[in-house]
Amino acid sequence: MISTSEIALTNAAGKEGRSTLLSIRKVAKTFGKNLVLRDISLNVAEGEFLTILGESGSGKTTLLRIIAGFETASAGEVWMGEERLDRQPPYRRRVNTVFQHYALFPHLTVEQNVAYGLRVAKRPESEIQSRVQDALDKVKMSAYAKVKPSKISGGQQQRIALARALVNRPRLLLLDEPLSALDANLRRQMQVELKSLQREVGISFIFVTHDQEEAMVMSDRIALLRSGELEQVATPREIYGRPASAYAAQFIGHTNLLKGEVCQEVARCAGLSWSAQVPDGPVQFSLRPENIRLVTGKTESPGGVRVRGRVKQQAFHGATELLRVECADGLTLTVRTPGGGATLDIVELEFSAADAVPVRESAERI
Amino acid sequence: MFSRAYKAAVTLPPLIWVTVFLLVPYLLMFCYSFWSVSAFQTIEHSWNFSNYRQLLRVDVYWQTLLRSMGIAARVTAFSLLLGYPLAYFLSFYAGKKKDLLYQLVIIPLWVSYLVRAYAWKTILGSDGVLNTLLQYVHLTKHPLEFLLYSPFAVVLTLTHIYTPFAFLPIYAALEHIPRNLVEASHDLGATPGQTFWKIIFPLSIPGVVAAATFAFVLSLGDFIAPLLLGGPSGIMISNIVVSLFGAAYNWPLGAAISFCMLVLVVCLLFLSERLEKKWSFS
Repeated sequence: MISTSEIALTNAAGKEGRSTLLSIRKVAKTFGKNLVLRDISLNVAEGEFLTILGESGSGKTTLLRIIAGFETASAGEVWMGEERLDRQPPYRRRVNTVFQHYALFPHLTVEQNVAYGLRVAKRPESEIQSRVQDALDKVKMSAYAKVKPSKISGGQQQRIALARALVNRPRLLLLDEPLSALDANLRRQMQVELKSLQREVGISFIFVTHDQEEAMVMSDRIALLRSGELEQVATPREIYGRPASAYAAQFIGHTNLLKGEVCQEVARCAGLSWSAQVPDGPVQFSLRPENIRLVTGKTESPGGVRVRGRVKQQAFHGATELLRVECADGLTLTVRTPGGGATLDIVELEFSAADAVPVRESAERI
Repeated sequence: MFSRAYKAAVTLPPLIWVTVFLLVPYLLMFCYSFWSVSAFQTIEHSWNFSNYRQLLRVDVYWQTLLRSMGIAARVTAFSLLLGYPLAYFLSFYAGKKKDLLYQLVIIPLWVSYLVRAYAWKTILGSDGVLNTLLQYVHLTKHPLEFLLYSPFAVVLTLTHIYTPFAFLPIYAALEHIPRNLVEASHDLGATPGQTFWKIIFPLSIPGVVAAATFAFVLSLGDFIAPLLLGGPSGIMISNIVVSLFGAAYNWPLGAAISFCMLVLVVCLLFLSERLEKKWSFS
């Protein structure tokens, strides 16, 4: 439900200028006979907000736990700068985690929870006091300092978990689906807060989620994980506009997948044809619903592809409407229109050949 | 939700049971503790405090009570010292062997208590297994006398018997601790030692309190271990109660001691419940 224009908050600045903070090199993980992660290589830049996106069972949490040190990789290495991280126990890594269910210590007050990392590091008490106060201010929870975690709401616990991690000034913060337990409104609010907090503190975030919308809104880059392998690593705009595979195209946003054939730079699919700079052979194209327009009149715009069809379903989505249009040769297209409110029947559709993005066929994996 | 008849059918049997087998006997015991024994060995139903006065005046009674509490305290301490590490190891480090080891801890509970007490008699006696071994390897010339018929023997036996009782609530409390709290602690830079003392141990306190209560209350009222292994110096308060109800035929005095112990135990249970509540956060 995200269109390119809605991708707000994304840092458009190029990431090439930043130095690499974390380097994951050929990491693999097996549980018994199960291969959970295969040959994962990924770099995280200083100050970057990287999201690991994937369905449940894709291995995203396992990857995060390997970085945190709760799991050991079966193969490969994790480096932070010049330091090999994967041989260190979790308590020696300058990495902190915000857990999915917050994992606040129930016998300690909010304040004691936040101070925990500094206390075990034996920082002077005066420093602890001021840093804890700052951290609580930052997440707007100072009023709850003396309260036990069980007395505050899920969203508030979330903030405390964040403060407890950030107070230690880690070089890298790991967040394991931290918003999944919150209701939709609070969740959107926390997405914005989390993103601006990340900008403010300048720490690299690795954020794990199964929610593609969340990933788009918040990330500098998205690493799409599928059945233990990286499908695509790119900025939200790139991954949405130029999905590498049919899976990436379908998982992130809505799309129409057109199966066709390319012969001498001409793509043919369900009676349609357009020019495409792709090697000959069978090809799949991803065509976003918002890139298909309703048109009237006879003249095709240059580079445009015309198709006529019957509207089978018309769903109201507020600012836009989604149409399911049945065309000739068994082709069904999903079209997003601004939505005039009129009931449509036979429609004339047009899309630019450039918007039909050739994607790699995603091999079926278990 | 449920009909009155159903509620009555469910609650009445236990209620009757508790009344007939607990409340009425306790009430009888309470009454007896104010009566006395006549010169003709009959119970006289004259109400007075002479039994309680006697308890305070005659040294042997309160001294034995104190010794019993001392023995119970030592049994409690040793049971916790053995039970806690065992429970901790099983809960956190036993991995796949967890269930098997758990069964091994429980199995001794199936063996009759008497058999286990007798077994210690065989082990600790002058011609027992331990003394024979010690002399065989020339560590001692003569059998060690303090091993049997001593408070030592009683503490040893009771510790052996009640350690599983101490283990169980501690193990349950440790199993109850969400593992992500331990991970969070490590994540925040706490070493395994710091994590144990700051997170695991405080969260297991309700289990420790329950364990201590079991071990103390059960061993305080024990009379078989001191009877078989205690000798004169290892006598406990229950042995006195038994003899007062038996050979000495002084039921009123026995009832008075029993009532004092009942009050003591009820106070302990009350205290332990308060402590458990204070330290539970689920």
